[in-house]
Amino acid sequence: MSQDSARLERAELETDREASAVLALLRSSVGRNAGLVVALLLICVVGAVSAGDRFSSTDNALTILRLAATIGVVSIGMTFVIIGGGIDLSVGAIVALSSVWCTTLASQQFAEDTHWIMMVLTAILVGAGCGLVNGLLIAYGGIVPFIMTLAMLASARGLAEIISDRKTQILGAKGTDVSGFKDFFNREILGVDVSIWIFAIVAVIGWVLLNRTTFGRRTVAVGGNPEAARLAGIPIKRHTVYLYVLVGVACGIAALMLVARTTTGSSTHGTLYELDAIAAVVIGGTLLTGGRGTIVGTVLGVLIFSTLTNIFILNNRSFSEQSLFKGAIIVAAVLLQQRLASRSNTT
Amino acid sequence: MTTTPLTPVPGPEALLQMTGIVKEFPGVRALDGVDLDVRAGEVHCLIGQNGAGKSTLIKVLSGFHHPDDGTITWDGEEASFSTPAKAIDRGVATIYQELDLVPHLDVAENVFLGHEVSRGGFTQRRRAHGRVRELLVRLGHSEIAPTRIVGELSPAKQQIVSLARALSRDTRLLILDEPSAVLDQEEVNNLFRVIRDLAATGVAVVYISHRLEEIREIGDRITVLKDGRTVATGLAVADTPTSELIRLMTGRSIEYVFPPRSEAPSDSGEPVLDVRDLSLPGVFTGVDLSVRAGEIVGLAGLVGAGRSEILETVYGARRASAGTVTVDGRRVRRGSVGHAVRAGIGLAPEERKSQALLLDEAVYKNITVSSMTRFARLGFLDQREERRRALELTRSLDVRPEGVTRAANTLSGGNQQKIVLARWLLRDCRVLLLDEPTRGVDVGARSEIYQLIRSLADRGVAVVVVSSEIDEVLGLADRVLVVREGEVVHESAATAIDEAAVLDLVMEGRVPA
Repeated sequence: MSQDSARLERAELETDREASAVLALLRSSVGRNAGLVVALLLICVVGAVSAGDRFSSTDNALTILRLAATIGVVSIGMTFVIIGGGIDLSVGAIVALSSVWCTTLASQQFAEDTHWIMMVLTAILVGAGCGLVNGLLIAYGGIVPFIMTLAMLASARGLAEIISDRKTQILGAKGTDVSGFKDFFNREILGVDVSIWIFAIVAVIGWVLLNRTTFGRRTVAVGGNPEAARLAGIPIKRHTVYLYVLVGVACGIAALMLVARTTTGSSTHGTLYELDAIAAVVIGGTLLTGGRGTIVGTVLGVLIFSTLTNIFILNNRSFSEQSLFKGAIIVAAVLLQQRLASRSNTT
Repeated sequence: MTTTPLTPVPGPEALLQMTGIVKEFPGVRALDGVDLDVRAGEVHCLIGQNGAGKSTLIKVLSGFHHPDDGTITWDGEEASFSTPAKAIDRGVATIYQELDLVPHLDVAENVFLGHEVSRGGFTQRRRAHGRVRELLVRLGHSEIAPTRIVGELSPAKQQIVSLARALSRDTRLLILDEPSAVLDQEEVNNLFRVIRDLAATGVAVVYISHRLEEIREIGDRITVLKDGRTVATGLAVADTPTSELIRLMTGRSIEYVFPPRSEAPSDSGEPVLDVRDLSLPGVFTGVDLSVRAGEIVGLAGLVGAGRSEILETVYGARRASAGTVTVDGRRVRRGSVGHAVRAGIGLAPEERKSQALLLDEAVYKNITVSSMTRFARLGFLDQREERRRALELTRSLDVRPEGVTRAANTLSGGNQQKIVLARWLLRDCRVLLLDEPTRGVDVGARSEIYQLIRSLADRGVAVVVVSSEIDEVLGLADRVLVVREGEVVHESAATAIDEAAVLDLVMEGRVPA
């Protein structure tokens, strides 16, 4: 009987394999990312047709990448949190707080007295600190990530408003000299802005971290099956804290990029970043339930959104139309994802 | 097998007749030809060991599972119970072991959930309360107010609410899944009174229980399930001795081949695992357990007796309130899985898919997950080395199909279990805790798993096996501990006790003279 059933099982597997080869490809991360590349290319065709040379030029390509860089860095961090089974709604607020904290008069004077790198450290430490608070209260306080980071969203932006007194803090105001900071971030290397390089470097580090290190493996395990991870001896609470610190650091880096680009720190920086980042991650094929996702997918998701934004702007379309379209894309992507996921469950 | 299934003669009053019901899940045939006939006005008892298919059968009856084969006749006509709504419409009501009430709603709202007393879309609370009060009086619990929040009631009273819900509809078949588990003696008596009243009005009752003495008291006829098959149906309770029932429940349909025990399971020598006076409040108390190198100790008992919890507590996944666990003489910190793993303990949990495996991930990642740092330098993983070691292990365990980069969910249950064992082999663990190691494992692959467990022991690992299948414990283990309601009630060499005696201990807590 067992032999029979084994043979049956094997036969079923065979037929299954042939029938769903296409589906399997779509489900595999490589296939999904290939699909995203196709989508991005199609969007580029639309851009080229509707906006002509204004779209298809090197300058515009750099514009798109510049647009993608800041939110891209945040999205890489968000990818880790979501793969690890969490969510962070407070990224935009953390960006605001970091930008404000590192541009206060005191910070700028301190940076002038010592080295501009102090501003960088301040922004990153503030981001990491917010992430630490999020992580500790989620992992050890047992607060649901959605609620905890929602609270952080409110509090961090509130703190940013208090510190900045709701005023825009300008780089180099009141005679401080932080030209070293400005020079560094506004430089071009090989004709490409530093901000784009930072995005590229963060993406590469993110990919290596996720795919080649124990940290990445644990992230997938904790998000994919927390109970199994715990029973395999992985310290899942501690790891959860690390994940939120990681996204906090990403927010700190994004804040610096924003400060450099706008030459200001403000409590209104990073508004709705949480939405853009989560959208990019989801479009990139990362499961919101955790356990599965890719950095390449997230990068493509970010590029798709920034290219769309660019096309809308070039065609003089309003921000509102753009938002409407974005929402529709998110729904479509998630529907597609669920279809594929449910089919993989039944096989 | 010595008994041929008795073919029941369906009386003219047979309300429900199931014939040849088959239900297959991936990797397991939960029901493999089940026959059951239930008459209006009788209390029909359904018995069988864990995993015999009772729960699956109930779910088929209540429309949660759709059978792959077989016919269901209801009231003389062929019928399908394809959705829970259809089953309810026909008059099937089920009281599950885990009660299915909404804890935040009040008693009346729960009773009429899904068929609210209403007019024009507005609920009529007063009328609903009146009807609930009537039902509660009929059930002998007039003291429960219809406005009480259900979550605040004791489990026994929640069960009454479930019963009231069943009665609030026109119920013709009432299924009770181990209803007495949450009740004390007086409440059981009350439940039996209610059941008798219902049967007297023509309701057919299917009563599932582990407690044979209860079946004697309440049942009219008995159907016995074993390995997803009906081994006897329609036996009259009055004419069937208990010994016959036990024989039917345990009777072998398939002989498993157990590996020979090692020559001398050395009586001397220090224990590798030593557990003293371990307690977990409300689950088990004062458990002593020691296992020497090369020894397999089996824990027998019913689901819910505390066996799995004992393993999980030894492993640190639950925090003991008292007691010590030592491995090779070193104390293991309470409630810390990480510490237990480093001390050399490994656990293959009961629910392989939800507790052990990362199903979407590659086999090799599942194997190395507990010893990742060995393959890492400064956090960077040497994946080639990981795959090499994993392949070595899967070859030595004969995992099929070969290949360590396929996802774990493409393997059968038996091969998945080997993956979990490989995980702990890789760590060279000293103590291996196995919870239901052959659950969901194809019958043919079982003896392979048994062989594997024995060869691990022969390499000097101390093994503890929990199993609901008594023959498995007796055949595999050197020493057997019987656990009943959180206490070890018996300990002896596996060869010194037989299956019927274990079953008596499990059910009654003693061996009858």
